[in-house]
Parts: sequence; C-alpha cells; structure tokens
Amino acid sequence: MNMTATKIEIEAATTAASAAPVVAMTPKRPPRSEAYARMARETAVRVIPPLVVIALLTLVWELVCRRAGSALPPPSKVFKDTKELILDPFFDHGGIDKGLFWHLSASLQRVAFGYSLSAIAGIALGVLVGQSVWAMRGLDPLFQVLRTIPPLAWLPLSLAAFRDGQPSAIFVIFITSIWPIIINTAVGIRNIPQDYRNVAAVVQLNPLEFFAKIMIPAAAPYIFTGLRIGIGLSWLAIVAAEMLIGGVGIGFFIWDAWNSSHISEIILALFYVGIVGFVLDRLIAGLGKFVTRGTAQN
Amino acid sequence: MTAYLKLDHIDKIFTRGAASTEVLKDINLTIEKGEYVSIIGHSGCGKSTLLNIIAGLTGASTGGVLLENREVNSPGPDRAVVFQNHSLLPWLTVYENVRLGVDKVFAKTKSRAERDAWVMHNLNLVQMAHARDKRPSEISGGMKQRVGIARALAMEPKVLLLDEPFGALDALTRAHLQDSVMALHQKLGNTILMITHDVDEAVLLSDRIVMMTNGPSARIGEVLEVPLARPRKRLELATNATYLKCRQRVLEFLYERHRFVEAA
Repeated sequence: MNMTATKIEIEAATTAASAAPVVAMTPKRPPRSEAYARMARETAVRVIPPLVVIALLTLVWELVCRRAGSALPPPSKVFKDTKELILDPFFDHGGIDKGLFWHLSASLQRVAFGYSLSAIAGIALGVLVGQSVWAMRGLDPLFQVLRTIPPLAWLPLSLAAFRDGQPSAIFVIFITSIWPIIINTAVGIRNIPQDYRNVAAVVQLNPLEFFAKIMIPAAAPYIFTGLRIGIGLSWLAIVAAEMLIGGVGIGFFIWDAWNSSHISEIILALFYVGIVGFVLDRLIAGLGKFVTRGTAQN
Repeated sequence: MTAYLKLDHIDKIFTRGAASTEVLKDINLTIEKGEYVSIIGHSGCGKSTLLNIIAGLTGASTGGVLLENREVNSPGPDRAVVFQNHSLLPWLTVYENVRLGVDKVFAKTKSRAERDAWVMHNLNLVQMAHARDKRPSEISGGMKQRVGIARALAMEPKVLLLDEPFGALDALTRAHLQDSVMALHQKLGNTILMITHDVDEAVLLSDRIVMMTNGPSARIGEVLEVPLARPRKRLELATNATYLKCRQRVLEFLYERHRFVEAA
C-alpha cells in the first residue's frame, strides 16, 4: 500500500515539475506521516479500551478486597506476595519446588504430546468418516456419545490402564481434544465441492495424490477450526487433570498453593494459565490463516 | 464419415428410491476428428448429464461411448473437461493448476523441464503466461476460464469437452473468449464437443449443432450442419445469409417446436 502511494506521488511530483519548471515544488510528504498517524490511531482504538477496562476492574478489586477480613487478597497484596515468583520463574529447588516456568513448561509438554497425537488421529479418523458413508454410519453415533464425556471422567480409567500419572494426563488431553478435530475434518471432507472431485477424476489422481493435493487443502479451513477448538479444550483439561495426578505442572501448582493457603499464588497462576491459553489459541489460528491463505475465498 | 467419438444408444435413468426418471433416451451421435460440435437445449434437458457421461464422470444406464473404437467409461485426460465454473483449485497458482494435469499425463514421457515448458506453452496459447504465479482468487472470471482451457488443452485430449464454458461470463468477455477458442481450434485442430444454451455461440463456433428435445427422456431432435467457412468473423457473420438461416433454424427448434415448459 505504502509503496504504491509513494510511487504515484513521485510521478505526480515529477510531471508537475516538468510541466511548470518555474514553480519549484518540494514533494510533499504528508501521506507517510499520515499513514503512521493512522496506524497509531488504529492501534490506540484497539489497545486503549481493554486497558481502561482492566484498570477499572483492578481498581474495583482493590477497593472490594482491601477491607480487613476479606477472604481474597487485593491486587496489591497479590503482587507483593508473588513478586519472587514473577521475577524469578526459573528457580529449581528440587522436587516440586520449582519456578512457574518449569510448571508451565511441564504442562505444555503434556499438551503438546497429547494434542499432536489427537491431531494426527483426529484428522485420519475425520477423513475416514468424511469419505466413507459406512464409516460415518458406524462411527458417528459412537463419536457423538463419547464426545460428551467430561475430560476428567476419563482420568480414573486411564490411571487404571496406564498405572502412571504422565501417560494418563496425556491420554486425557488426547481424548478431550480429538472429537472436535474428527467432526470438523469430516465436515470439511464431506463439503469438498464435486467440481474438485471431477477435476481429480479427469486428471486421474490416485487416492494418495487426491488426499494430499485435493482433500487436505480443500478441507484445511474446517480442519483448522477443529484444531483450534481442540487446543482450547486440551488446555482446559490439562489443568484439571494435573490437579489430580500431582507432580510438576501448572494445575498441580494451583492445587499445591491451595493446600498451603497461598491464595495470591493461585491468582498469579490463573493469569498465566489464561495468557498461555490465549497464546495457544492464537498460535493455531495464525497457523491456520497462514496455511489456508487463498483457500478461504474462492 | 469416420467415427472418432461415437455415442452409441445412450440411455440414462436416474433412480432415487422407488422413483426413476429417464433423463436421456437413445442418444446416437458420431463426431469426426477435428470437428466442433455443439449440443444445445433448454436447461434441464440433460445436456450436462450427457457431457458427464462422455467424460466418464457419470455412467450411462445403457449404451456406451466409443473413442477411436474403444469403449471409454471412466474419466481420463483423453477427454479433458473445461467446467462451467472454471473449477480451478484455489490453493494452487495458475501455473500449478495447469501443471497438476501435465505432471500426471506426461509423468513418463516428458522430463521436468519439458513439462515446465509445456505448461508455459499452453498458458501462452490462452495469453495467461503473465499470471502464472497468481492464485485464481486474484484473476478475473474470464482469465480463470482461460486457465481452465489451458489446463484442459495441456492434457492433449483427444476430445475437448466444454461444459457451458462461457455461461458465467459477461457478454464482452464471452465474445472475446469465443474468438480465442475459435482461434485455438483453427490452430490446433482439436475435436471439440461443447454444451451451450446460447444460439449465437452455437452457430458461430460449431460445424454441427445437435439440438436436444426437452426432458424427461430427452432425445436428439435435430442435427444442423453449419456450412460457414473458417476462419469466421463475428462482425461479417452478423449479416451473412447462411448464418442467419442457421440461427433461425435453431431458434425455431428451441422456441416453437420444443418450447421450454416450466415445471409447475
């Protein structure tokens, strides 16, 4: 945008100069500064309202919780109590006495593992269900029932099966996030326009080429919708699962803080959980946008 | 007359549960090599179904399609289709869309460099080489259809099937593209079968016009030879007696003898 605008401006300036050499016109430069100003305005419009709301909410929180005998700490106390944790997230005193970075990273590793498995299995099953009418008839009712089971309800069963916390947590992530991936992938596959199938038939793509060159790109917007819902659910499930299995992880950190009555630490951990969840969602959304550029609009 | 493409007693019956509709009845047609044949009829008469049967995308209920005396009943690049709504893959560039077919058809017979040159050659034929790295969403409807034609031509089809290729375009773009197709036909001598519902287009482009009766059970009502010399010039033909007579014949067929009856 900027480039063309400047170019046109230069052209206009030169033609004006050659047509009337007496008037020495210095090429004006307002558009660029104007563009910056506009960008700054747009950013301000987006950033200022949430900042104002956050400031107001913090103020209300402070006022409500500052009274003596209040059950929850005000923000000022939260900050004072958790300053060490905020400033040094990397300490490691052995056992479970670790900085928040290590807890978050342990949780993220579990999510990464479980979520990757569910992405692979989910897309594969989704393709199967989307492509084959018989697979859909057989599997869809099963999926519809299984997907309503709350994540934590799977935990005792997986603990019984794996006899260990780590694989159980990963299994809970897997089983939680797989359903939206399967269902959205299947819808995407079913919605591939007949035109694309005809093109593939005329060109005589074999099934593997059809899968890679037509199916996956055509269904990509749907697949990424499923992946995005899936990552959100994984992050929801991991915190709850870690509270029960113990060890290192942000969920366990919260539970541990509760047992030691460190309410401020719980609040800090909640902030981190929220921010990490937000970043994960944006990451998948951004990846989806990058991969499906050109596909979305036809 | 040597039959290059032969439609032999084709019937098509669609069944949905207990109900069945006969769409096409006893379609017989032979097309010579290098001929340009149009199939014209009201919408719903089954002309697109007929094209799909020839392309192998739909099976005939009885009868069959013979290409060079061999039966063809599955889709293949020897009967490349230019689809009505271009059907370019939106995630591929113009070049990649054409290359997709070229890579399959010439996988064994051409080297990578030759295939690349062949893709560019075909894009040049339709004057789209300049847009090779654009995506379909970045080019106009007429350009998309040009790329669709290039994709089909690049497969070196024995018969080129055009499914209302200009239907979705505005009148000016359509005229321009019709001229391009005429020039390509002149230059390459392809055998072309085109579905259309535009009388002028049919008369201008075709050697023969196949007129279909209304469905259900559509048949070939009449076949009209268009004895106009090539190359044909759109402006000169506007006052040409033969052209007008052919046009009149098709119009009479469509609007008097086989008037389109709206399904109540």
